[in-house]
Amino acid sequence: MAQSNSPTRVVVVGGGLAGLASTMKLTELGAQVDLISLTPVKRSHSVCAQGGINSCNDATRQLGDDEWKHLDDTVYGGDFLNHQPPVKEMAYWAPKVIELMDRLGVPFNRTGEGFIDRRRFGGTLYKRTAFAGATTGQQLLYALDEQVRRQEAEGNVRKFEFWDFLGPIQDETGRCRGVVAQDMVSMEIKSFPADAVVVATGGCGLIYGRSTMSVFCTGSAASRCFQNGAKYANAEFIQVHPTAIPGADKLRLMSESARGEGGRVWVPRTPQDSRGPRDIPEADRYYFLEERYPEYGNLVPRDIATREIFDICVNEGLSVEDDRMCVYLDLTHIPRHELDRKLGGILEIYEKFQGVDPRDEPMKIFPAVHYSMGGLWADYVRSEDGGMEAGAPRNHMTSIDGLYAIGECDYHYHGANRLGANSLLSCIFTGLFTGSSIMNYSASQQSGADDVPQSLLDAAVKTQQDRHDHLLNGNAGSDENPYLIHQELGDLMTRVATVVRRNDQLEEAIKKVDELHERAMKVSLADTGSWTNQNVIFAKSLQDMFPLAKALLKGALQRDECRGAHFKPDFKKPSLTSEDPVERRRQAEAWCDEFEANNEKYLKTTVATWNASTNQPDLAYENVDTSLIPPRPRLYGLVGAEAIEEVWNERAAKKLAQSKSGTGLVGAN
Amino acid sequence: MIALEPSKKKRPEFINVRVRRQDAPGESPYWELHKIKYEPEMNVISVLQRIAAQSTNRDGKKVTPVAWDCGCLEEVCGSCTMVINGRVRQSCSALVDRLLVDNADEIVLEPMSKFPVVRDLVVDRARLFQGLERVKAWVPVDSYYNMGAGERILREDQERNYPLSQCMSCGCCVEACPQYNKIELTQKSDETEEEFEARKRQAYSEAFVGPHAISQAMLFNNHPTGKSLAGERLDALEGPGGLAACGNAQNCVAVCPKEIPLTTSIARAGRATTLHAIKKWFDK
Repeated sequence: MAQSNSPTRVVVVGGGLAGLASTMKLTELGAQVDLISLTPVKRSHSVCAQGGINSCNDATRQLGDDEWKHLDDTVYGGDFLNHQPPVKEMAYWAPKVIELMDRLGVPFNRTGEGFIDRRRFGGTLYKRTAFAGATTGQQLLYALDEQVRRQEAEGNVRKFEFWDFLGPIQDETGRCRGVVAQDMVSMEIKSFPADAVVVATGGCGLIYGRSTMSVFCTGSAASRCFQNGAKYANAEFIQVHPTAIPGADKLRLMSESARGEGGRVWVPRTPQDSRGPRDIPEADRYYFLEERYPEYGNLVPRDIATREIFDICVNEGLSVEDDRMCVYLDLTHIPRHELDRKLGGILEIYEKFQGVDPRDEPMKIFPAVHYSMGGLWADYVRSEDGGMEAGAPRNHMTSIDGLYAIGECDYHYHGANRLGANSLLSCIFTGLFTGSSIMNYSASQQSGADDVPQSLLDAAVKTQQDRHDHLLNGNAGSDENPYLIHQELGDLMTRVATVVRRNDQLEEAIKKVDELHERAMKVSLADTGSWTNQNVIFAKSLQDMFPLAKALLKGALQRDECRGAHFKPDFKKPSLTSEDPVERRRQAEAWCDEFEANNEKYLKTTVATWNASTNQPDLAYENVDTSLIPPRPRLYGLVGAEAIEEVWNERAAKKLAQSKSGTGLVGAN
Repeated sequence: MIALEPSKKKRPEFINVRVRRQDAPGESPYWELHKIKYEPEMNVISVLQRIAAQSTNRDGKKVTPVAWDCGCLEEVCGSCTMVINGRVRQSCSALVDRLLVDNADEIVLEPMSKFPVVRDLVVDRARLFQGLERVKAWVPVDSYYNMGAGERILREDQERNYPLSQCMSCGCCVEACPQYNKIELTQKSDETEEEFEARKRQAYSEAFVGPHAISQAMLFNNHPTGKSLAGERLDALEGPGGLAACGNAQNCVAVCPKEIPLTTSIARAGRATTLHAIKKWFDK
């Protein structure tokens, strides 16, 4: 960029909350942005986010809440796999993010006096969550979409909608100099030179076939970066949302806000009780979350709620229906007008797709794949005060120089389990925060978008054109159908890599996925045309699901522990069994020893590198920055939790005393 | 409320689907028949997924998969609008069991008629989004820095604005609107891509802006900062292709999947433009 006087040019891939926040901020800082998206950005998957966005606020502060506690809840909920400096920065920005979105016109629900109303979400005891009905993601996205349209009208943004990102363009030093993308209408493949590139392409739920994600969420963009050398972190951490509506084409989300507003989860105590739900008296209902987790009740973190629902149906046989697993999510005790005001959007979805009014009948729900905590590995610079250094060029830069990852496709914020209403926050925050980092990076480079050699651009386009042409014509005689392979992949992944994971199943699945991958590389397409060929676009994204699926399975196989969403019953730490105080104390000590030993081994980021020669990911492990809040056992609902907590607190106090008298660890707060 | 499974016993073994296809802009449309196996709880999306997977028509002849547009599959993204059994709607929320109650013989799928067909059921809705730009559907904030909280907003205002803000630009309202006419231009041989785009934009900017955009203008005119552009929005609605083009057929509100009070917005816009015109006359 330094070579010429032209403005900084940034390519942003993905137009969800993160991509739009990034685009908006970059234009404010003087950049020209090329925004590439599979869909008109207003239709991005962020619209599906329902419940809300978290920040501590004036009301919660007066009850003892602050940004530090938001950080604490986030890393505790994430089982300490989150990188704490970025999370800290996010928590401290959170109130400001909500204020900005308020100014942009997001119609947040209001209190009688006109303040932003809040509700409670899982994994916290405070009402931190601001919301716009039950379509908060849609409303936040629209506000950003409007600002980007405004910037587009002013000539600062060029949108390339219905364009598929095919890969980064790298020069001989490995630096990212732009991207190659394909017009999904004309099928033209074109290069977009840039000073820097931002990937904000969301999650990879479609690896599981059906999930709560939109059809675009194939993970292919992240995978294309991965296959070009970007590292991918924590692939095995996939959030399975406890409450979704099963469907033939999609598992539709039923927001956590339904429980935040008082919704209760239950099953009949009698298996498959033939009575209608309203005819079953209180005494015959099993409110299992409330009974098992008296403190958090229905608002335990998602991984826990999911496992309990799974356990109730699979192990206890208490599913409401016998041929299909589901439990009741009951809102019928809440007044209709209140439901309409706060949850209207999601209740309409249930009503529309199930034909039953959830204001009258309890909903039937079951867990579904929902969110990728892992994503492209990216760097950050820790600031003096334990947050992220504003403006540092390395913030959110992937292992490819000049290529940034933000939003759901990064990996720092949610650890092993994401708290509800933190995703919208992390997406908008990373989009806003990285603006100055990207500008500073661009300014520091000797050559920029205008100086990329034409030969480099042409070669990158040719590589993609060859892939495209080969797919259309190269597999004559093969009868592999991409849609059927996708179904097989989805069924397999859903069976072995969701709520419960077992090593024998994972090993078998790895072999099976290898076979499917080989078959997917030989697909034969029903459409070999060169106009709006959705067949070939899908075939490419299918092929690119496999590197991520492999990283996911291998990461899961090698992680012999339970952490957040990753649950292996064979490595579950037992509850305390003894009633005798002395023995119980000894068991608690042993439990804590084991916990520490396990953290020593597994409190690490899984970092995958794609090995093109073996067609497999190579895994390595990296330490997690837990310097702000020392990891502690996550004890929601465990028998003997008090005894373990007592032992743990004593140890923590001792460590703190040692560090104070000694070299001095980073002090909290 | 229609129960979903009233006729479990009468479930058909197969479903006939008739699709109006078109290979590319300018090509002639044609009908194609498909037959797929019935499954419980299908919607039109899953029907189209099965058609894509089997890639043969009803006679077993190899055909290309039908192209269509979809996204969230839960009626919040606005992608999958099409005309199903003669009615414009989102295909994700078009449940097969209910469609079969109305017409047990077949399901008929057609692209929207008010936009140029790209291929099969995919249409080019650029004009829809350009409408939002015409009425400056945004809040003109000074900056994207944190400048403290926005103004307090009474619950009553939030409850008026929120429904309007749920517009997902799906295009159902304009498909149903008798005054919104299709504009389909073809690139001239001596015209560059940019020149063609500019000519399209010009044509779109003179034609009826559509109920969705009028409603968005009213949404932002009712926002404390948004209303600083109220005059410009009303100017746009007074100009060609603005409110005067509305024939008050009220079809828009009837087909809106989000039940947005579009005609209320149009009526408000009518009053506001009248006042605006008088004010401008006095300010002369």
